[in-house]
Amino acid sequence: MTARALPRDTGALRRTTGLFIVLALLCLPWADIAVHTLAPGRELGRLAQGLLWPQWPTVRTLGEAIASTLAFAFQGVALGAAAGFGLALLYRLRAVRWFAASLRAVHELFWALLFIQLFGLSALAGVLAIAVPYAGIFAKVYGELFEETDPAPRRALPTQTSRLSSLVFTTLPQAWPHMAAYTRYRLECGIRSSAVLGFIGLPTLGYHLESLLRQGFYAEAAPFFYALLLLIATQHRWCRGWLIPALLLAAVWWLPPVAPVNGTLIWQFLTHDIVPAPLRSGTDALPWLMDLWHGQLWPGLINTLVLAMLSLVVMGLLGVILFPAVSKLFGNRWTRGAGHGVLVVLRSLPEYLLAFIALILLGPSMLPAIIALGLHNGAIIGHLIGQYSNTLILREDAARGMNRYFFEVLPRQFRLFLAFSLYRFETVIRETAILGMLGIPTIGFFIDSAFAEFRFDRAVLLLAASAVLNIGVDALARHTRRRLYLRRTVQVC
Amino acid sequence: MTLRSWIATALVATCSTALPAWADTFVFTAIPDQDERRLNERFGKVADYLADELGVDVDYIPVKSYPAAVSAFRNNQVQMAWFGGLTGVQARQLVPGSQAIAQGEEDTAFKTYFVAHESTGLEPTDTLTDALRDRSFTFGSKGSTSGRLMPEYYLREQFGQAPEQLFSRVGFSGDHSRTIALVESGAYDIGAVNYAVWEAEVEAGEVDTDAVQVIWETPAYPDYQWTLRGDADARFGDGFTQRVQQALLNMTDPDLLAAFPRSGFIPAENADYAPIERTAVTIGIMDAQ
Repeated sequence: MTARALPRDTGALRRTTGLFIVLALLCLPWADIAVHTLAPGRELGRLAQGLLWPQWPTVRTLGEAIASTLAFAFQGVALGAAAGFGLALLYRLRAVRWFAASLRAVHELFWALLFIQLFGLSALAGVLAIAVPYAGIFAKVYGELFEETDPAPRRALPTQTSRLSSLVFTTLPQAWPHMAAYTRYRLECGIRSSAVLGFIGLPTLGYHLESLLRQGFYAEAAPFFYALLLLIATQHRWCRGWLIPALLLAAVWWLPPVAPVNGTLIWQFLTHDIVPAPLRSGTDALPWLMDLWHGQLWPGLINTLVLAMLSLVVMGLLGVILFPAVSKLFGNRWTRGAGHGVLVVLRSLPEYLLAFIALILLGPSMLPAIIALGLHNGAIIGHLIGQYSNTLILREDAARGMNRYFFEVLPRQFRLFLAFSLYRFETVIRETAILGMLGIPTIGFFIDSAFAEFRFDRAVLLLAASAVLNIGVDALARHTRRRLYLRRTVQVC
Repeated sequence: MTLRSWIATALVATCSTALPAWADTFVFTAIPDQDERRLNERFGKVADYLADELGVDVDYIPVKSYPAAVSAFRNNQVQMAWFGGLTGVQARQLVPGSQAIAQGEEDTAFKTYFVAHESTGLEPTDTLTDALRDRSFTFGSKGSTSGRLMPEYYLREQFGQAPEQLFSRVGFSGDHSRTIALVESGAYDIGAVNYAVWEAEVEAGEVDTDAVQVIWETPAYPDYQWTLRGDADARFGDGFTQRVQQALLNMTDPDLLAAFPRSGFIPAENADYAPIERTAVTIGIMDAQ
């Protein structure tokens, strides 16, 4: 964190928070919130029973699903990091920044749907689906890390020093520890993304989870669920040092990233399939476009925004409620242990999976999506604030309990809280779009329909629209952070 | 066949089009219209039967969704598929030269059942009435003929409105088993379901018929069929298409036929599915060619 003096006036913070809450309240009338199963309690009971008495698949099925999940994650993240590093070197260029922003604005599930059209249901399609958006994310993070390095060593170099030498001897050594830490962290996100790719047919843990959960076979789903949880929760313990390159090699051996490349099909996809239908047939494009706008784009964008605003507020509320559970300033060893346990579970599970479970329990409406996004992101915010609150130094005679929370800790952590929440805004928007694939009519719902109808022209247009929305929200959040002097950089997936 | 080996096999199968010297495996898939755990069990036996009849290696590979089946066919990862009416039309449009070669005896006159939860008080009728308005309604997969295309067509014909305007809520369950489960649990008031899946599940005792009953059935339409790629003869030898067709028509073992579930297969051709294509264009889920 920069040592800049923060302005004393906290009015702007309050106004921003208030604005977000008011916006969310305004969204409420448009939100479709309801419980549609007649007996959600019974379904919940069956789920709990299934989790408690799992029915184990063969070691081979489970082992292959775990291996494939890791294989896609390692290859995707490695390729993404390499490509992102290349882009980061040119991050000064506006065109490169836009390019990277548009890569990361499209969710990996949607990249996967595209790549499956080009390369079939193949290992390459899965690896690229993770690598492409991650390249955009790595480009940004590495690029910013390069910018933050101390320029003094660079200036001390002789004038004729080559760019390469300057990079290798001054910039990289400074940025390296942060880059390594971030890349390792990104692997955790990669495992989560890889699991989610199973939902559309790649052979990861999500493949089995989706089939089994959707059909209500909770006991059979439980082992896959636990495996995913265990992989993500323990990733930072086993994924280190020499094991990383070794695992990467093993990943390439297990699932070689190749695909049946059919030049004609790819050419047809790029020059015919994604060209808007009216242009192909030479009819007027305007009615086609207006139809798409009224029927899909506009309702999709509105639902996406409504869902994102509501989820953001739920996330914030949960974040401030949950952080004391893991803060050393509150509770005792046991409550903190339990708090950590709950937050790890919520953090580890992909939002998509949480929403899927909530949907089964509560029936179709926006509610499961709000709950899923709120819980997952709220747990992340709670975890982060909890960690930072441990660095606070309180007076010996500081108040305890509720008074400590409301009058001491919360006010001192609020700026940080707002910064983190704004960072999550972009992620929430991205995820709301893909929750459409579960039937919540966000823009992702219409993208999924376009793919199901093999109308790639519509799919690409809708994808572009959702990318523009993401980039816009990201710019807005960045602007707000800057205006509020919230300069802490934090990257979480 | 495990999922990983499926990716590997699909790769080999596709690469081998360029290298005819390789041993060719004939790969097929089927749209996942029912309980996904049983897909391998259902179609594995069919693969063994075809391998015996055709004298080539035959593999069945499972796919996750209706569009995934069409994508696999388009990318030549499978050379044949047991498609629904709509997915078949989509696949043949995406792969010029491919042909429908056989359909189930039931598929010349297939039906969709509308099923309703008992709490709605809806009773079986001969015509769709306004009592359906403002209920919640679930289709099957977005790409399903019996679970989406035809029910939507008849709803639009009767009410002159899109389902989204007609019902308070419209969902897509993903497959027929799930549609039945969702209506049975009351998550949706009404659902559109493949009549063959419904009857098979009722017979197997998997449906609580006190909670959900059939309230209406659509007129008959053509549905499922086997579609084979046009380049199959070039790859597996002259006359391969005929041999596959004959093998399918010769299938009489009730155990094998139960996988579909059908009582037998009869010849089919692309033109049989022209009504399906017209309907898809009419309700706006396909562009006119």
